[in-house]
Amino acid sequence: MTQINVRVDGASYSDDVEPRTLLVHYLREQLGKVGTVVGCDTSNCGACTVHLDGESVKSCTVLAVQADGSEVTTIEGIADGKTLHPMQKAFHEQHGLQCGYCTPGMIMASIDLLKNNPNPSEHEIREGIEGNLCRCTGYVNIVRAVQQAAGEMSSTAGAQA
Amino acid sequence: MIPAAFAYARPTTVDEALQAIAAGGEDVKIMAGGQSLIPVMRLRLAAPETVVDLTKVAELRGVREDGDSLVIGAMTTHSDILRDPLIAQYGKLIAEATETVADPAVRHRGTFGGALAHADPAGDLPAVALALDAEFVIAGPGGARRSVPAAAFFVDYLTTALEDGELLVEIRVPKLGEGWGVRYEKFNRVAQAWSIVAVAATVRREGSTIAEARIGLTNMGSTPLRATAVEQALVGADVSLETVTAAAAQAAEGTEPSSDLNAQADYRQHLARVLTGRAVRAAAGL
Repeated sequence: MTQINVRVDGASYSDDVEPRTLLVHYLREQLGKVGTVVGCDTSNCGACTVHLDGESVKSCTVLAVQADGSEVTTIEGIADGKTLHPMQKAFHEQHGLQCGYCTPGMIMASIDLLKNNPNPSEHEIREGIEGNLCRCTGYVNIVRAVQQAAGEMSSTAGAQA
Repeated sequence: MIPAAFAYARPTTVDEALQAIAAGGEDVKIMAGGQSLIPVMRLRLAAPETVVDLTKVAELRGVREDGDSLVIGAMTTHSDILRDPLIAQYGKLIAEATETVADPAVRHRGTFGGALAHADPAGDLPAVALALDAEFVIAGPGGARRSVPAAAFFVDYLTTALEDGELLVEIRVPKLGEGWGVRYEKFNRVAQAWSIVAVAATVRREGSTIAEARIGLTNMGSTPLRATAVEQALVGADVSLETVTAAAAQAAEGTEPSSDLNAQADYRQHLARVLTGRAVRAAAGL
């Protein structure tokens, strides 16, 4: 066992983990953060995407010990109390989901995309979330949701500036 | 799927890493970004006794200039590469190929050196390194360093010139600035997929003549390959559709691609000719 100190969604944790424990299993099974799901378990589908020190990663392809000293943000940590994150709100309003299984990863990947490119074209959105698969093939509304969030987040940023 | 148990070392310097590798027992795996190694371990295709994780070795990360060369630290991530101003100026071929690697989340973790040391013939960066005549700087037990040219680095499928106890430290590539055109032409069918075939081309023009041409082929054999016949046909030739098309027709010479569910070998050879034509035309500004 190896001790890790990690901040997850704003709270600090100190835990013993086996080196082989994957980050997604640590989040779900030791911390109960079941909002982050395991999809394909082969680094393909992106359902388990979280932010590690502010960058999107597939948490099934990172070891929990590698998060030692780092800040992890999951889908459970992006809302402000009862106020949804603009990306969550946009997925809700544009119906950017069908079965909903890919949604946590889609939202985390999309937030990362807008951080690097606040006003992406439709093509850039599709490229930006290429690591996230919607098995229902509901991409049209997912892309619309990201476009709506991009508009809202950039106008909010503009208002603050 | 969970990997088999292993001992874990997380060094913070190259010296510590070499010591951890030496002390790791019979079966040590060096983990760079882990984006190939962790999936392979989860599938239990690899079950190393010890994993030496390089993600905290800061001295291995970053890009610097050294005279006419760019020196890329082995642990520089794909995302670092795509944001790096020196790469943007002198390493456009590397940037074009890196942009096509996997997806953004994988590129946040995956590294330039890790992709090269993994030496998957379907990986995008080995053919680029070969086309650029990259030099691989390798540290051995005790810290002694040696340099291996790309042509000698890629030995076979998933096999490089790296010996037990050694560590890939940095990769030196020539700066390609003014006058060089580049194109990485990749063929695959779905998002984030490996290359079925890809071609890395860089061409330097002098007026209406091709002065230099370097062409690397991805997934056309058990290692990345140079399209030597095409390069020879291009150098000194006029920049015209006819000469480029005639040269590209030789792109499959000497290749031995595999057949799999994505493509038969003869189709891969067809793709190599077509993609070489496209890549060279774009790199030559046609």
